[in-house]
Amino acid sequence: MQFFFEVLIGGLLSGVMYSLVALGFVLIFKASGVFNFAQGAMVYFAALSVVGCMDKGAPLWLALILAFGIMTLLGIATEKFVLRKMVNQAPIALFMATIGLAFFIEGLAPLLWGNEVRPLDIGLVDEPIPYMLDSFNIVVSRFDLVAAGLALALVALLALFFQYTRIGRALRAVADDHQAALSIGIPLQHIWALVWAVAGFVALVAGMLWGSRNGVQFALTFTALKALPVLILGGFTSVPGAIVGGLIIGASEKLAEIYIPPVMSSMFGGNFGGIEGWFPYVMALLFLLVRPEGLFGEKHIDRV
Amino acid sequence: MIYRETGQFKTSYAADQQIFPIRQDRVGILLLLAVAFLAVPVLASSYWFNAILIPFLIFALAALGLNILTGYAGQLSLGSAAFMAVGAYAAYNFQVRVEGMPILVSFILAGLTAASVGILFGLPSLRIKGFYLAVATLAAQFFIVWCLTKFPYLSNNSSSGVISVPGVEILGFKFDTPQSRYLLVLSLVTFFALAAKNMARSTTGRAWMAVRDMDVAAEVIGIRLMRAKLLAFAVSSFYCGVAGALYAFCYLGSVEPDGFSLDLSFKILFMIIVGGVGSILGSFLGAAFILLLPIFLDISLPWVSGLLHLPLDSATVSHIQLMVFGGLIMFFLIVEPHGLARLWQIGKEKLRLWPFPH
Amino acid sequence: MARQIGDVILDLKNISLAFGGVKALTDISFDVREHEIRAIIGPNGAGKSSMLNVINGVYRPQHGEIVFHGEHRHDMDTHAAAEAGIARTFQNIALFKGMSVLDNLMTGRNLKMKCNFLQHALWWGPAQREELEHRKKVEEVIDFLEIEHIRKTPVGRLPYGLQKRVELGRALAAEPSMLLLDEPMAGMNVEEKQDMCRFILDVNDQFGTTIVLIEHDMGVVMDISDRVVVLDYGKKIGDGVPADVKNNPEVIAAYLGTQH
Repeated sequence: MQFFFEVLIGGLLSGVMYSLVALGFVLIFKASGVFNFAQGAMVYFAALSVVGCMDKGAPLWLALILAFGIMTLLGIATEKFVLRKMVNQAPIALFMATIGLAFFIEGLAPLLWGNEVRPLDIGLVDEPIPYMLDSFNIVVSRFDLVAAGLALALVALLALFFQYTRIGRALRAVADDHQAALSIGIPLQHIWALVWAVAGFVALVAGMLWGSRNGVQFALTFTALKALPVLILGGFTSVPGAIVGGLIIGASEKLAEIYIPPVMSSMFGGNFGGIEGWFPYVMALLFLLVRPEGLFGEKHIDRV
Repeated sequence: MIYRETGQFKTSYAADQQIFPIRQDRVGILLLLAVAFLAVPVLASSYWFNAILIPFLIFALAALGLNILTGYAGQLSLGSAAFMAVGAYAAYNFQVRVEGMPILVSFILAGLTAASVGILFGLPSLRIKGFYLAVATLAAQFFIVWCLTKFPYLSNNSSSGVISVPGVEILGFKFDTPQSRYLLVLSLVTFFALAAKNMARSTTGRAWMAVRDMDVAAEVIGIRLMRAKLLAFAVSSFYCGVAGALYAFCYLGSVEPDGFSLDLSFKILFMIIVGGVGSILGSFLGAAFILLLPIFLDISLPWVSGLLHLPLDSATVSHIQLMVFGGLIMFFLIVEPHGLARLWQIGKEKLRLWPFPH
Repeated sequence: MARQIGDVILDLKNISLAFGGVKALTDISFDVREHEIRAIIGPNGAGKSSMLNVINGVYRPQHGEIVFHGEHRHDMDTHAAAEAGIARTFQNIALFKGMSVLDNLMTGRNLKMKCNFLQHALWWGPAQREELEHRKKVEEVIDFLEIEHIRKTPVGRLPYGLQKRVELGRALAAEPSMLLLDEPMAGMNVEEKQDMCRFILDVNDQFGTTIVLIEHDMGVVMDISDRVVVLDYGKKIGDGVPADVKNNPEVIAAYLGTQH
């Protein structure tokens, strides 16, 4: 039984990490209506920038600041050279452009910073919390807990930002209708640059946490793909949805990975690991059939 | 001047509906086919067949498949490689397990198997659209590759799913030279391309485009959305399945599930974006472009780095390749969303006037 | 221009339609006779488009009954409506922007085309013959609407007035027995409106098509329609020949405005 809880908690915590990546998606989608497939590549780029700066001798705090600056520049450049030119096109075209952007960043990052796998030490150690181990005999990593706390704090901050600040309102207006927002004087380009900077910041936090856990390597970009089922469950436009979706995906993925393969092995023989590779997607697929707009998303109504 | 249409009046609807209404185009395509079928087998080297022509044709077929689904019917799919995998493994199983199965029948059955799987994973398209559907196709991509790796039956109990296909033999004739394989693939691809063009210009194609452009209106004029969408998935997966079978039997000889990864699906998507979404010609242009680009970079980058005295290793080349791919996608989507096929059309229109300015 | 107006072919009884808390239509009943031109008028938001959507099955009413050609049904299915010979145009043009005018019109004939996709793939033979046969019919519509010069133009490139005409063409290509037109003259200048009026009257005259028409231009409505239904806030407030409706005090108060 406690093994079940261990797996569950581990899944929930890793789910929080997915949520962080999903947050970046939600931000950009909420503010510009663009589904940024390149978010995962941005996480990778951010993490690489940090270790790259540290390799050149910068201390951690400086590397973080530099990386944030780099991510902001990347965001502004993306907005200026790619998005602005595609304002009139269908959302699908914008989505495909972000796929192109993802590939571009995935090539640029190792070109600038090298592509060896590098560890990232941010002072958090991945070891079990003694209290949990002693009282409940459950292994819960301190690292995971801190990461979860950080993510939740970030979410709360962003939710408040969108709801209660003037800029947050402007962002929501822009996401709703670019033309209308322009016509009431919202400076579209500044807003988008801001949004991408914030998304870059979120990518940085995510990159840091993922990178220090697994090492900074190319596989980070695949975490982005995992964020897609998170978004589907949570709804593309909901910040709390990203968290809830992440938790559900993280937990179900780990539970499926532990409990399904033995059943299948006894039925078919052979080894059936690797379920977490597709399970979130199939879950998302089934979820879409029942509730296409996600748990917290907005229903899309077409007027004929 | 070369391209003048003067004197070419159409006096019947049949003439108006031809695939190549302009005489110069007809002559051009016949010449191209003549060169492809007659001249190339004699003149080209083994390297050209094995490394360029055969994969080009196979990828063009897969791109045709994806174009039918995404370009004509408007259903975004990121799982085309998975359907190629289904085709490859299905063809393998039919060939190896059924005594005396003719290879062409295996290919067709492989296509049909892929089509059935395609219909299954296409069912969600009845309720979800756009990039939600793309995520659903990702489910197909990851799940299918996992199945092929984990269920030993599908790869005839080989470890990790690697299969080595037997040679191709039709009516006693062994297709073991590059030329013969090239001609086989060329014939099949030409046939399927023609079929695709015919479907595209007929009621089937119009129904697909109607679903793509405005499905509510399509429904109102009586088009059955479910039938149109599932048919698109079926035909598209059929094409990808046959392409996959050809990929295994006439190109690589030995495949594994990981060879049909998400990367390949993206590659095929890039082919149709660059070539022209919703265009038969575009599938070919895009396939050629994406296939030749790495080769071009492999040749030109060392030369450039030599000029600039910069160090260059293979890792850097692959990074630059990624950047170039990504950059090209963004470039095409911004500058010419209808891809090379539209550039070709614009070129032809300019040729009508050339050398006059207007 | 004697048009023989026939019996009732469409009878709407007590139709009520609501979206969540919003009541779009409340207890609407009226009928449409064969070969007539029936106008639906009313202020913005009165529920006119919703009414058309109910007739051809895009919306399903919560209450009420639809009797079409003698068949009683609770709601209309879009496909059944199309098969029963109902065609329509939309307020915001619903053309297929990626296709040419000719292709758009040909899609209008899709219910009459019987070949399957395999026959289409092999083209030469039954598929080509069918395509040519229907092309001839579509060319008649193109002739009728005077749009020969733009038949190969992608629809997205046409000016608004021509797009509306092409949409009418797509509806006509289906050889409908009943045509639902949602503000066919919206956004047109005087000349375009006159053209559109002429086309609508010709359709009714030459092909005997029953027409149900939503329109805001009172001059047009009073001129060409045989009978008028007036809606306001989802309720029916007037029904009859144009002269009667024009003098109905409720209609005047709600819609036409008082004379000073």
